[in-house]
Amino acid sequence: MATDTHDGSDILDRARAQVLDRGEGLDEAGILEILRLPDERISEALQLAHDVRMRWCGPEVEVEGIVSLKTGGCPEDCHFCSQSGLFSSPVRAVWLDIPSLVEAARQTAATGATEFCIVAAVRGPDTRLMTQMREGVKAIKEAVDINVAASLGMLSQEQVDELVEMGVHRYNHNLETCRSHFPAVVTTHSWEERWSTLKMVRDSGMEVCCGGILGLGETVEQRAEFAAQLAELDPHEVPLNFLNPRPGTPLEDQPVLDPKDALRAIAAFRLAMPRTIIRYAGGREITLGDLGTRDGLLGGVNAVIVGNYLTTLGRPATEDLALLQELKMPVKALSATL
Amino acid sequence: MSIEHCPRCGRDIADASLHATCAQAMELEPPRYCVQCGRRMKVQVVPTGWSAACVEHGVSSGGTAAATR
Repeated sequence: MATDTHDGSDILDRARAQVLDRGEGLDEAGILEILRLPDERISEALQLAHDVRMRWCGPEVEVEGIVSLKTGGCPEDCHFCSQSGLFSSPVRAVWLDIPSLVEAARQTAATGATEFCIVAAVRGPDTRLMTQMREGVKAIKEAVDINVAASLGMLSQEQVDELVEMGVHRYNHNLETCRSHFPAVVTTHSWEERWSTLKMVRDSGMEVCCGGILGLGETVEQRAEFAAQLAELDPHEVPLNFLNPRPGTPLEDQPVLDPKDALRAIAAFRLAMPRTIIRYAGGREITLGDLGTRDGLLGGVNAVIVGNYLTTLGRPATEDLALLQELKMPVKALSATL
Repeated sequence: MSIEHCPRCGRDIADASLHATCAQAMELEPPRYCVQCGRRMKVQVVPTGWSAACVEHGVSSGGTAAATR
């Protein structure tokens, strides 16, 4: 548990003692101080965040590919999402067949990735989707050496148990943003409903993957609230997305997050969660670009999604892997994740 | 006379005023509309590529975003 004392001392000095030396994450007030650092101190914060990552996580980078098993036609109204059937988004409903799913897993493994996350645009899985998952996970495990993760929306306890039985080792369910901002972003379900699914996943023994999207119109105070709430959940992995405003969605005109704010957030989230995998997820290409991507990898990030995302394109995996080699960051091997 | 459609927004590509942001956006997006008829396509993205199917004009495909190095 974080034990900040706010005695007027410099936040980075305090973080050095608390987070780097003792491995205790910053509390919400401390996180907010990081998010409010002036531009000229961002590099110092990133360096500290990098030192924390190296000390408490090690140098390895976990590499993952993600795929959309069921695209589009989602009944929910998450304001950032092009896959909602409620918006005038150009994304049409599509299902991926099992052979293509296995081939996607195979190609992902060939890049050196050890994680493959199967995602569906749903409120929660129905019988058809669970059947597809059962067949798909079985087919992948028979053909490809890769860990399988899933992201299928809100679950019942029975579904959690089924996924465990299938051999899904990690389950993603993003809180997306802090509790106080969530109603401005989603109205068809609640933050608390997401939290319930996450608790069931945590109790089941599956690894918890939970993150969100920065730049949804939240205040900097709400960004700190979000980091603190994630730290309270203590997930195995936190994917950090940066909003990519999608045509036809309510947030299509939202300005892209300033890269300096994105880097402040990367440092802050690492200092909130010293032992957690923090993954570059969607939106880094338009928010950070190449230089910012490098800064984040040297500022607390220790995992990446390679290649394309669910509905948009990403850098070729070879580029990210070349960058990791240049930074002398080894790719986490499969055996190390089991 | 047939027109060519923007693969991102589906509108007439000859009217440049409609596509101020489309070209740049297409660097990180698969096509959504058929260039020949303007229909919305069924698009599947996977980690190493994408495919886009028009009911009238068939399937096109591609890889990831262009390499920057």
